[in-house]
Amino acid sequence: MGTRVLVLLGTKKGAFILEAGPERRGWELRGPFCETWPMNHVIGDPATGTIFAGGGSAWFGPAVWRSGDLGVTWTHSSAGLAYAEGAEPVKAVWSLAPGHGALYAGVEPAGLFRSGDGGQGWEHLAGMQAHPTRPHWQPGGAGLILHSLVPHPEDSQRIWVGISAAGVFHTADGGRTWEPRNQGTRSDFMPEGQRYPAFGQCVHCLVMAPGMPERLYQQNHCGMYRSDDGGVHWDSIEAGLPSSFGFPAAVHPRDPATLYLLPLNGDTAGRYVPGARAAVWRTRDAGATWQACRAGLPQQNAFFGVLRQAMATDRLDPAGVYFGTSSGSLYASADEGETWHCAAQHLPAILSVETLVVGG
Amino acid sequence: MTGMDDPAPLVLVVLPAVLTALFPCCPREIELRAATVGEAIAALEARIPGLGDRICDSTPAIRRHMRVFAGGVRADLATRLAPGTEVLVMTAISGG
Repeated sequence: MGTRVLVLLGTKKGAFILEAGPERRGWELRGPFCETWPMNHVIGDPATGTIFAGGGSAWFGPAVWRSGDLGVTWTHSSAGLAYAEGAEPVKAVWSLAPGHGALYAGVEPAGLFRSGDGGQGWEHLAGMQAHPTRPHWQPGGAGLILHSLVPHPEDSQRIWVGISAAGVFHTADGGRTWEPRNQGTRSDFMPEGQRYPAFGQCVHCLVMAPGMPERLYQQNHCGMYRSDDGGVHWDSIEAGLPSSFGFPAAVHPRDPATLYLLPLNGDTAGRYVPGARAAVWRTRDAGATWQACRAGLPQQNAFFGVLRQAMATDRLDPAGVYFGTSSGSLYASADEGETWHCAAQHLPAILSVETLVVGG
Repeated sequence: MTGMDDPAPLVLVVLPAVLTALFPCCPREIELRAATVGEAIAALEARIPGLGDRICDSTPAIRRHMRVFAGGVRADLATRLAPGTEVLVMTAISGG
């Protein structure tokens, strides 16, 4: 079997799959899947080839959907994906991540669940909701969501999460206890003198550099940051970017110094690409300098945004880079961002983009 | 309370197609014994695991955008059921 590149899309109206060969051209689209439920995050587990889709229906509530045959057939489950009676119920699943034989799910209102049986049954890791800062967490525009979920690649006890707008938290004991890790990140929406709190930051997306588990990058509502000590301290890397505001961040599959961002024009200016000209911004030196990658992207009248989970890379060499827009287009690059083409358009608003490479 | 000598009334639950589509082989109409709407949904869950979770949340309450009518009258989980009642589960106006 040849190499198949699958781009997994979560949209406002179901999951979709784009597929092409290693040349990453001539994309074929399948979907919508998951009965057109809003799907906040669709991922592929590279260890098993299983596709998982997390979301929530306004009618039927939250669930994680699962396909063991690359999207041909699907089942769903929410067994155990619930808070205690009397608590505000889980509204939707927002993020999924495999790690150490388990599957993790971040939900709204913010909390963390773990499945040890491939998404069929779930247990609540209650330490996150029990954190002493919990009564003070404020929701972001999308709600109080646990949207970024970053397990340590070797240490099964360590996980980082991003919550809007509570900030970044880290556990070293498998989710029993957590500590905020936001030092150095701004909260411009707070009064002067209170803009560097211990928690309450509006982190938009948190990712880990490949092969360097202590290097994290985050796109924040208020700036772009890098940490080289697991999030204990953060340094601004926004100099050279057209804006300090954006949602997604995507790391290169092998180079810990390469990162892709898609800055928007600002939180009060419409939240579309600056100047209505689309560009992915790439650093090759961990944020010291940035280059705009525009070739093949619309350079006039582009009034779309790109949401927090809607950009990804693949593991091929050269790496593919992908982003999906709020207006339902998927743009792809097969050469690390140098050139781009539109792989699909007229889809529902794209909420997440991930990749799964199989075969070959 | 119902017991061996006083079985819960037999009622007919009618489910929307958009809900039964989520479960293989789930019929649109299910006859079961339940004294309340809550018991009826628990009986659905016992018969088809996961089905009750699509109608009720963990509060527990009927989901915000779901509607249940018992004998044509909007019901909640505590609504009592008489023998032969039709329990109609519907999706409310929602989406975008």
